[in-house]
Amino acid sequence: MSIAGRSADQPVRITLAAADDFDGWRDAARDLIEAGTAPERVVWIVEGGVGDLFGGDAPRPPAAPSFSVLRQFVDLAKAVVCHSDPERFGLLYAMLWKLQGNRKAMEDRADPLLDRLERLAKEVRRDAHKMHAFVRFREVEEEDNKTRFVAWFEPEHHIVRREAGFFVRRFANMRWSILTPELSIHWNGTTLTEGPGATKADAPGGDPLEETWKTYYASVFNPARLKVKAMTKEMPKKYWRNMPESALIAPLIAGARAREVEMIDRSAAEAGMAGALEAERRIEPGGNLRAAWEGLLAEARQCTRCDLYKCGTQTVFGEGPLDAAILFVGEQPGDQEDLAGRPFIGPAGQLFDASLQQAGIDRSQTYVTNAVKHFKFEARGKRRIHSKPDAGEIEACRWWQEQERALIKPPLTVALGATAARSLTGKTVTISRAREAPLTLVDGSECWVTVHPSFLLRIPEEDRKAAERARFVEDLRRIKARADELTA
Amino acid sequence: MAQLDTREKLAILADAAKYDASCASSGTTKRDSRDGKGLGSSEGMGICHAYAPDGRCISLLKILLTNSCIFDCHYCINRKSSNVRRARFTAQEVVNLTLAFYKRNYIEGLFLSSGIVRSSNYTMEQLVEVARSLREDHDFRGYIHLKTIPDADPELVRQAGLHADRMSINVELPTEPGLKRLAPEKSAARIEGAMGEVKGAIDETKDAGKRFKSAPRFAPAGQSTQMIVGADAASDGDIVRKASTLYDRFALRRVYYSAFSPIPDASAVLPLQRPPLMREHRLYQSDWLMRFYGFKPAEVVQAADANGMLPLDMDPKLAWALKFREHFPVDVNRAPREQLLRVPGLGTKAVDRILKSRRFRRFTLDDVARLTVSVAKVRPFIVTADWRPTLLTDRADLPTLLKPKQKQLELFAA
Repeated sequence: MSIAGRSADQPVRITLAAADDFDGWRDAARDLIEAGTAPERVVWIVEGGVGDLFGGDAPRPPAAPSFSVLRQFVDLAKAVVCHSDPERFGLLYAMLWKLQGNRKAMEDRADPLLDRLERLAKEVRRDAHKMHAFVRFREVEEEDNKTRFVAWFEPEHHIVRREAGFFVRRFANMRWSILTPELSIHWNGTTLTEGPGATKADAPGGDPLEETWKTYYASVFNPARLKVKAMTKEMPKKYWRNMPESALIAPLIAGARAREVEMIDRSAAEAGMAGALEAERRIEPGGNLRAAWEGLLAEARQCTRCDLYKCGTQTVFGEGPLDAAILFVGEQPGDQEDLAGRPFIGPAGQLFDASLQQAGIDRSQTYVTNAVKHFKFEARGKRRIHSKPDAGEIEACRWWQEQERALIKPPLTVALGATAARSLTGKTVTISRAREAPLTLVDGSECWVTVHPSFLLRIPEEDRKAAERARFVEDLRRIKARADELTA
Repeated sequence: MAQLDTREKLAILADAAKYDASCASSGTTKRDSRDGKGLGSSEGMGICHAYAPDGRCISLLKILLTNSCIFDCHYCINRKSSNVRRARFTAQEVVNLTLAFYKRNYIEGLFLSSGIVRSSNYTMEQLVEVARSLREDHDFRGYIHLKTIPDADPELVRQAGLHADRMSINVELPTEPGLKRLAPEKSAARIEGAMGEVKGAIDETKDAGKRFKSAPRFAPAGQSTQMIVGADAASDGDIVRKASTLYDRFALRRVYYSAFSPIPDASAVLPLQRPPLMREHRLYQSDWLMRFYGFKPAEVVQAADANGMLPLDMDPKLAWALKFREHFPVDVNRAPREQLLRVPGLGTKAVDRILKSRRFRRFTLDDVARLTVSVAKVRPFIVTADWRPTLLTDRADLPTLLKPKQKQLELFAA
């Protein structure tokens, strides 16, 4: 530190030995206050960057200060001095000047000068915190076969000297070095030494463990919750270039959406197919049946055999194990089925599930499909009202149902309602009559006919509803008993 | 099955642990290794060593010892009936990995949980062994977070607490029916029993610590828990009330909320779509209101709609203020702390600064602006020396003026 220019109107030039030279600033500030030099007259200059603290003037013997300074201000100043803002020394001196007239000035956080200093200090503390977090050591072997951990780091402010203590406390029994553009620090287990600034090329190029760390980073990321902004807020891009894991960020983000959609698709298919896959692994190790069914499903998704594909959301194909003993055929998907892409999940589907349960049938052991695979509806305002498929549509879609049955070869098929019965037999069937005894289909297997669950939902009278419901469950019980007989 | 190497195991067991939101490494005792022994330090404040693109911080090596499990909880990727690949670390492997990562400054320490293999006690023993080895064999002074396994022997839990900084056990679902449906083998009573035990041990050692300097410390960073949001029908109101009873009864440091996220090979009982991530964020905000802003749980619930759900398009504090406008405007120059804390847009730090500074000046709107992020948000609710909102506070369209601007909808949003 040197002081030049002492006459009353000349600017006073203060030269500090280093960018983070707190002691130099403090000594100069003390002299200036004692001389009554107003902040406007002082010009602060740093000599040749951070450089060597010991190369400049010898430290002055501590003089007995003629005034005291608040501890709070000293802490603030020690942080602010490390900032890269060239005005920092002047601002601190202005604050110190202000404190001479008003000892309480440190408590007024709404004061613009104090506010600015607090912000600078906050930025320094943040940079320091990020240094604690983002320094990445690489292990290298030294001549005496001992290891040293070396890191390359680029801080935003002049914090390296200030933060050395953190690494000493944490890694006291390791040898380590932190190289930065302005300054290097080295620890040998007992003492800390400083060296000149370095370049990235001086630091080791890699560490075999980094691959393991990257594996961890990629695995701990949850693709279902992409929050890139939250990440970059806490880990700004300026730090990325010295962190090995940051190479993974772009591919992880790009893959995330695809991974989540795939996960949902897979679970959706598996919700119906989990059993199928399992059962089929048992019966057909080659997996031909499943491949055929999947091929069929892929075809059905593209189906344009009738006009219904134009208005519905998607083809709602059958689901269930491919070795099911019972195959249920319904009428057509409803509003909710159309959106979800799965059969029998809406109100009628829930009633169906409950009835199956009462009858002791496990739905996951049966195959459930519809006679018509697209939702037919009339749009009324925002609602989509179900409308009955006509004979042409049933006929067009029959092909799919026959393919499903040809693959699964169920010993017992159940027609839920007249549409299903028509699709299966090709004729108009009266439910009440057909309900009594099973029909025989073309392939020789049995077909049982009963009502569609949505019929039960539409009965207005409660007592009749309950009676019909009981009858439906009774039908299902008989069907189960018969299926058990056939597969026994 | 072919032998997996450490990296393959790490991929499986880190993936299996990632649905646990907790990653804090803060609040434990101050210590370092300058006495010439050991490795590591902790300085009270946690450090996040990296952030994943999901916005979550990576502070600890968060892994399971094994992802095999005898339980069949539907929301869990590691449940018995799931088809995920299984792997298992030895205690030694976890210890080595923790030390190697720590020495390179990748992590603050270890977060170790496990699927339940053989029995609860056997599993807990394995967890304790890892912590013991780190602390005793390697004099590790970084952070250790251990999961309590439900039903484990209290003696094992006590040993775990002597090595760990933090203990946690997840309540998982906010309501008992939810737990029964989705985690049939778990029971709320047993989970809370285990929490009670940990709390008892913490209190006891704290008490002993006051009298004897050499008394061992038990889980100095306390205990925490996690609730899954959106896997069952519980409303935000249910969750807030549950969290508040947990804070009260077990003096928890934190309750984490984890938005249910679709997991590979999901159980059919679960919803396939995730709840909006914003819901999780709103729950954290309400948690903060209870812990730092003097809101009672009932008051947070008042901010929710008739179904008990907090609004997604604005934070709960703003929602509360808009519902109870009779409490506003608040005079920044005279109001007590409790009233200032109710002002949307004024955080605890800003309030403290206002209280300190107003002894020296009469606050104008500009002064407030310097202490807050957005004065526009604060303005309708405060009175300053040069500002009075007059009709603004009572305007019917105030919510639209204050809500964050609508963004383009996400094409595939839930």
